[in-house]
Amino acid sequence: MRALRIALPLLAALSLTACGFNSIPTKEEQVNASWGEVENQYQRRADLIPNLVSTVQGYAKQEQDVLVGVTEARAKATQTTLNPGDLSDPAKVAAFQQAQDGLSSALSRLMVVVEKYPDLKSNQNFLALQSQLEGTENRISVARRDFNTSVQAYNTEIRTFPSIIAAKTIYGSEPKTPFKATTANAEVAPQVKF
Amino acid sequence: MLRRLLALLFLLLAAPLAAQEFPALTGRVVDAANILPAEVVAQITARSEAIEKQSGAQLVVATVPSLQGYEIEEYGYRLGRHWGIGQKRVAGKGGSATGAATGDNGVILLVAPNERRVRIEVGYGLEPILTDALSSLIIQTQILPQFRAGNMPAGIAAGFDSIAQQVELPPEQAAANVQAAEQRRAAGGDGGGFPFGFLIFMAFIILWIMLSSRRSKGGRRARRGGPIVIWGPGMGGGGGGRGGWGGGGGFGGGGGGFGGGGASGGW
Repeated sequence: MRALRIALPLLAALSLTACGFNSIPTKEEQVNASWGEVENQYQRRADLIPNLVSTVQGYAKQEQDVLVGVTEARAKATQTTLNPGDLSDPAKVAAFQQAQDGLSSALSRLMVVVEKYPDLKSNQNFLALQSQLEGTENRISVARRDFNTSVQAYNTEIRTFPSIIAAKTIYGSEPKTPFKATTANAEVAPQVKF
Repeated sequence: MLRRLLALLFLLLAAPLAAQEFPALTGRVVDAANILPAEVVAQITARSEAIEKQSGAQLVVATVPSLQGYEIEEYGYRLGRHWGIGQKRVAGKGGSATGAATGDNGVILLVAPNERRVRIEVGYGLEPILTDALSSLIIQTQILPQFRAGNMPAGIAAGFDSIAQQVELPPEQAAANVQAAEQRRAAGGDGGGFPFGFLIFMAFIILWIMLSSRRSKGGRRARRGGPIVIWGPGMGGGGGGRGGWGGGGGFGGGGGGFGGGGASGGW
């Protein structure tokens, strides 16, 4: 009887550990952290744009439509924010993604227009900005892949035995929404190399 | 029967090995594409060793015969994480006197001669020193001219020298270099000859400030920024177990993380 009294809490502790008592919050934190990195990189891209637009404007004033398009898409993208708590809401994730994809396509239009201006293409300022933009797009795709990996790990964790027990009873965990390629080539960074 | 079972077991073991797509980390120069003469390898290895002794940063040169259908950007950061180049970031250990960063301080100069692509892959910790713009400048001015002239070893040696130079510098001087590149950029922009440039620039700065102040009214950005600092850098590590087989002059990655920093070029 006494042995049982000692063994029971031990057993309970062990089974709780196995039930995802710890692993679910750990995986959720990983999802939040990788989400933070995704936002961080999108923000970094948004911060590059004013400088980029002003540089292009100096050489290609007649391309107002495209430049205004980029500025507007940027404003929309920076206004559409998403809390980590909303990651389980597919509609909100989709809205965030749509805003960022809008900026991506506006930027790729700009980069196509730029082709017509050889002076701009050889401008030092533009070349540096271009390499920064290229690097940021690359970081975005790395951050998005990391995010999807952590979401997949989390979703698997809360849907499989035995951690599903804790997911259902203690945490009420909802699956999180990974990034999807909604349009063709949405996953591909705009071509900014010449 | 037993033999058949054993064979099956071997097959099961072999499957993950077959999925392995990266060359082995055999040293500081992994010349899998076989394009580097021994003296260049020795020269780069010696310099890389000296730098690691000085600051812990790990600089590696890799040449690969094939990118296996990946973009070099994707191949590069995966390779960095797989090898775990750079020291593993230790939580709570702030800036030290020995180097600009205490962890994730790896760099890979990756060359794919058959795809005609080159990339400088920079670990999280060195991103502020070896910025995208600076990496791009090194590729454009030091590496590609030699590659285009058909002299690959010279391009790799020159590129590695520039990277090493920047990493070796004390933090203040390295920062000055980064800033000098920015200054040069600004000067280049002015030289372009557009009278309204400054006015437009100011207008956009004001617009930007307005936009960002509107954004921060919600008070969300600052809060959401939090976890990045704590968790972000450790994410890519993935190779804690790989560190520390220093015995007998062997070389191993320290478990550093990569997040896609750096620049690439083609010729």
